[in-house]
Amino acid sequence: MRTITVRQAIQEALREEMRRDENVFLMGEDIAYYGSAYGVTKGFVDEFGEKRVKDTPISETAIIGAATGAALAGLRPIPEIMSINFALQALDQVINHSAKMSYMFGGQMKVPMVLRTPSGWSQLAATHSQTLELLFAYIPGLKVVMPSTPYDHKGLLKSAIRDDDPVIFIEHALIYGAKGEVPEEEYLVPIGKSVVRRPGKDVTVVSYSRMAMLAMEAANDLAAEGIDVEVIDLRTLRPLDMEPVIESVKKTNRVVVAEEGWKTYGIGAEVQSRIYEEAFDYIDAPVRRVAGIEVPAPYNKHLEMAAYPHKANIVAAIREVLK
Amino acid sequence: MDKQLALEWYRKMALIRRFEEKCAEGYAYAKIGGFLHLYIGQEAVAVGAISALNDDDDIVTHYRDHGHAIARGLDTNSLMAELYGKATGCSKGRGGSMHFADASKHFWGGYALVGAHLPIAVGLAMASQYRGEDRLAMAIFGDGSTNNGGFHESLNMAAVFKLPVIFLIENNLYSMGVALQRDSAISDLYKRAASYGILGEAFDGMDVEATHEATKRAVAHVRAGNGPVLLEAKTYRFRGHSMADPEMYRSKEEVEFWKQKDPIVTWKARCVEAGIATAAEFDEVEAAANREAEESVKFADESPEPELSTLCDNIYANPIGQTDCQLV
Repeated sequence: MRTITVRQAIQEALREEMRRDENVFLMGEDIAYYGSAYGVTKGFVDEFGEKRVKDTPISETAIIGAATGAALAGLRPIPEIMSINFALQALDQVINHSAKMSYMFGGQMKVPMVLRTPSGWSQLAATHSQTLELLFAYIPGLKVVMPSTPYDHKGLLKSAIRDDDPVIFIEHALIYGAKGEVPEEEYLVPIGKSVVRRPGKDVTVVSYSRMAMLAMEAANDLAAEGIDVEVIDLRTLRPLDMEPVIESVKKTNRVVVAEEGWKTYGIGAEVQSRIYEEAFDYIDAPVRRVAGIEVPAPYNKHLEMAAYPHKANIVAAIREVLK
Repeated sequence: MDKQLALEWYRKMALIRRFEEKCAEGYAYAKIGGFLHLYIGQEAVAVGAISALNDDDDIVTHYRDHGHAIARGLDTNSLMAELYGKATGCSKGRGGSMHFADASKHFWGGYALVGAHLPIAVGLAMASQYRGEDRLAMAIFGDGSTNNGGFHESLNMAAVFKLPVIFLIENNLYSMGVALQRDSAISDLYKRAASYGILGEAFDGMDVEATHEATKRAVAHVRAGNGPVLLEAKTYRFRGHSMADPEMYRSKEEVEFWKQKDPIVTWKARCVEAGIATAAEFDEVEAAANREAEESVKFADESPEPELSTLCDNIYANPIGQTDCQLV
């Protein structure tokens, strides 16, 4: 099978869905002629024109609010917010409006919108390097997707575009160049389904996005030592599919949860407590959490590297629960 | 002035007034909960402006939304039932006073965060432009919204894209309890249109005809593809910001001054004087409005509560897998 990058996978998903459905359009800061900050929508304006690839003012509230309004009217807008950090400016639109309209108006409205936004870090300092998927995953009414492989990026984005609810699609900026197998023919990956990325019998690592990729690397390294790691990729953070996790825990009895976000109140905390609620009797060691250090991201390269978790942290946690 | 139209405007204004008097009663009897922001005094704005729109033009509005919903023709039974939190309410008892909606009437809802719905109107207009339709969107909001960042972002974006939107300010002189001169650098809010290179106009919002005419001009301008318009209705609410408001911030004299401009009373007097219709004809219309308001209370009272088993309905249009919402 051919191999493409995460960036190409996202581009293919957008292009295919825009060709398939006239109602799908892109809007955001610098997405047309600049081609978007991370180059994802490069060339799109040439194929689809300004009507369907709209450069907007730097107005996050208006971008998300307008996308919501356009979605109410039956279009399928894909607003891009240049960085998840800037989405804070539009949080009221997302949390108080997009997420609640279906419920608050008694089911008479739909908001088929996909908010695409990159998350990530690379010496960008405190306000540009936050791992904020939790803020969205906390909100009923939103669907929150944060994939790892190119295959999942493409299949999940296509599903998100066809979904009738507001979907927050978070891309990790550090894995845009990561490669993986993606078939030529069309396929969809369902939202709300965790996946066993690698079967194993000794220990379960639960993760998503970039950390799921690192978990796979850690598992491959440990395989050489005879440690058989099962890796589960959550892919969707809301609705959270715990079934494969619980099944896995019943088999391996030992768990590591790995995320970039801060540990306190985090995604890992949620997964950990669900394991205690639903599979307590199967646990042979305390569930370990690998997470970011609870500090605003520093600019200095060495400090920053120390603030985020890496493959070595996952490996160390696995050894810990196997003791 | 067309007689039927004169009476219809009167009927709608009277219906809003009577409906809201019933709301106040319902609130006093604790049949209605939460916040209740009455529109009494501002009826001419809703009726004058919305009567200048087509039925498929899109409307989004703020939390003081009863008048707009009635002017748009939403069923008063479903509105009172919504206030009573009943299953038959327009939002199935999930929205309450601040969240009236009827998508089938292009009435896309009352929104309770100040100024937050303006960009939604921009998006509705964007959809109309995208499809090459003739629909325009109207965002109705108070003077307080004009000091919110969303106001600027929305007007700028609508102007840049030349979108068919009418931004209608209901300037009732107070942001909750803070007087306009105390929170706004300029008190003539329509002048802010100049910052976006769009048309701005102010008019007497206590006069249903003046409101209608100004809105009609704006509609023509917007439909001709000239981009958005900013309208400012100079109006006044006769009651407090909400039922919880002890009204310590304005004088009785000021309120009395504005009550002399009561849009319902003055409209009737003017039409009778001009011989457009007789006082008896107006009274008849008013009696019908009274009956409708009373019937809505009866309907709401007799309507069933939503089933508890429906608590988790409609969180998603497409629910996926096992929902995280479960009634225990």
